[in-house]
Amino acid sequence: MMLKITNLHAKVAGKEILKGLNLELKAGEVHAIMGPNGAGKSTLGNILAGREGYEVTGGEILFNGKNLLELEPEERACEGVFLAFQYPVEIPGVNNTYFLRAALNAQRKYRGEPELDSVSFLRLVREKLKVLHIGDELLHRAVNEGFSGGEKKRNEIFQMAVLEPTLAILDETDSGLDIDALKTVAEGVNRLRSEDRGMIVITHYQRLLDYIVPDKVHVLADGKLAATGGADLALKLEEQGYAWLEDGGIETLDIKPAGQTVNP
Amino acid sequence: MSGKTSTIDKLVEQKYQHGFVTDIESDTLPPGLSEDVIRAISARKDEPEWLLEWRLKAYKHWLTMPQPDWAHLNIAPIDFQAISYFSAPKADKDRPQSLDEVDPKLLETYDKLGVPLHERARLAGVAVDAVFDSVSVGTTFKKELGKAGVIFCSFSEAVKEHPELVKKYLGTVVPQRDNFFAALNCAVFTDGSFVFIPKGVRCPMELSTYFRINAAETGQFERTLIVAEEGAHVSYLEGCTAPMRDENQLHAAVVELVALDDSSIKYSTVQNWYPGDENGVGGIYNFVTKRADLRGARSRVSWTQVETGSAITWKYPSCILRGDDSVGEFYSVALTSNYQQADTGTKMIHIGRNTRSKIISKGISAMQGQNAYRGLVRITPRAENARNYTQCDSMLIGKKCGAHTFPYIEVRNPTAKVEHEATTSRIGEDQLFYCLQRGISEEDAVSMIVDGFCKQVFKELPMEFAVEAKALLEVSLEGAVG
Repeated sequence: MMLKITNLHAKVAGKEILKGLNLELKAGEVHAIMGPNGAGKSTLGNILAGREGYEVTGGEILFNGKNLLELEPEERACEGVFLAFQYPVEIPGVNNTYFLRAALNAQRKYRGEPELDSVSFLRLVREKLKVLHIGDELLHRAVNEGFSGGEKKRNEIFQMAVLEPTLAILDETDSGLDIDALKTVAEGVNRLRSEDRGMIVITHYQRLLDYIVPDKVHVLADGKLAATGGADLALKLEEQGYAWLEDGGIETLDIKPAGQTVNP
Repeated sequence: MSGKTSTIDKLVEQKYQHGFVTDIESDTLPPGLSEDVIRAISARKDEPEWLLEWRLKAYKHWLTMPQPDWAHLNIAPIDFQAISYFSAPKADKDRPQSLDEVDPKLLETYDKLGVPLHERARLAGVAVDAVFDSVSVGTTFKKELGKAGVIFCSFSEAVKEHPELVKKYLGTVVPQRDNFFAALNCAVFTDGSFVFIPKGVRCPMELSTYFRINAAETGQFERTLIVAEEGAHVSYLEGCTAPMRDENQLHAAVVELVALDDSSIKYSTVQNWYPGDENGVGGIYNFVTKRADLRGARSRVSWTQVETGSAITWKYPSCILRGDDSVGEFYSVALTSNYQQADTGTKMIHIGRNTRSKIISKGISAMQGQNAYRGLVRITPRAENARNYTQCDSMLIGKKCGAHTFPYIEVRNPTAKVEHEATTSRIGEDQLFYCLQRGISEEDAVSMIVDGFCKQVFKELPMEFAVEAKALLEVSLEGAVG
């Protein structure tokens, strides 16, 4: 098991957001996490990445057998945890290529691999750009500075391609994208699917899952997984919305409750 | 990230790396300021009568002036009678004829500071007029510069060798009565640099001076005068470090630039005087008057400064845009950490027609540092079609520091175009987390973000200086985030 989250409880600004979340993800799997606003979807992503201000009050997260909660954010990154941000941050004056090379070399150093010089790095970068069908104009600009929403998200996927994480968490990568940008991003993600990589795709809407077909879909509501199913669960959610959660009627959805294994 | 705090504390406590004192006997006047002291300084320097009179006139006026208190600074009272106004290395009388004859301890000091004298200077193609305390001890490349007709020497030497030039330009940009600290400098200045680029000459190398305050409790009063004649071009670098000290040391320099028709002067400073310790004890008081007079048409002056040191910085490198079509620029990075305070900025006085000025100011405050930008853009009635662009950005690191902006804009000609942009940002926890999430360490992330913030200014610096400036910011900010 690559990722095993057991009974996770967490607070943000004193308020309990996660209330006993359980999740298991194997290498090679893509899980979608859906749910209404405020359910704790982004909180989960931020806790996995180790963001400050998210207080874990109970439970455990094992990542490839290691206690993830004991690691600093940069150590988690070096261990292979990647978060594609919902709102990628602008860093004015810092060249995108320079930034990415610093990141890759920090990770390589952590793993005891030699750092890449600028020539080999550039070769690697061009290769990735080609695979992702992204132009090289992103290379010459400052990190996310003045990027459109679509460019920012594409830049996240590009970074993911270069850093080759073990576990990628995509936090509402589809938000604010038009359909073409969405397709480009989804295509990039699909190219990065591999047997030894796990992915968690956090999204509010089903439409992203038309393009990134998940192995499992989880519904997160009120800090817990309310339901788990196959890709078809997302479609049902699309039809029926999240209102059933408030009615307390999982049964009405004709899906199996959380915790039961569903083989797609 | 509480585990990080202890490492940060350790880094914060790192001592100033240039904090050592060279053990050289100093020929120092007893503390105190009076006409007699000024006469003594003048006599020791074997100065002509006219210069002594000039000093005394400044002194008499200084006595009538109050110390200014309008800056956003908290200054402990300065006892001007407790300061010694002259200190020179003892070997002064038998001045060394070459670097080989220079006191090896002195060279060692320069070595520690990384001053590019000797072979390093030749390799780097930099001429150095190194000021140790108050008297210049070595000047390199003089011959090569001489071939081009460039005069680059200590101020004292210029008084002896080129009195007509000194007399012609001294005090014509910053008058004796200009302000309290300038008047004090006029009365007691000990040495500094003199640069003269004759008509049509492009100075063949970057001129560089390293300053260093060394003798205890000695005020440092430098005076620099740079004259670019018609069509002349020069780039001048000034950098300083100072040894660790508990008493506050006063530094009141005056820099005058004169630019005639079609000339250009680029003046770059990296200022790293001792900033005081982590409790705000000690550190240099840096009260500097820097001004350029763009007398000639189409002349151009560019000030670039990276201010990371000093306990207190009070400094406004300015341009008087007198010549038609003249251009003045000011690029500044000012960093205050621990208990440092800075009130710095510029004045752009537009007098000529079609004059243009540009101000890019980047203030960084960390720990309890206080940083103020104070700038004046004045468009006088005659200045048809004057243009100014001001961009003033502040970055805050942590929650106890402060950034303040005081822009003054006076427009008396309706054809003027004046733009002012200002931003303040807190070094984002968001930016930081973004970097950490990609595997970059906190220290590297901070220096990367700060470096990006300062990029517009750093790119104006000569290459070696830009590298040094970047390193300085890194050292100054070590552990500032927590």
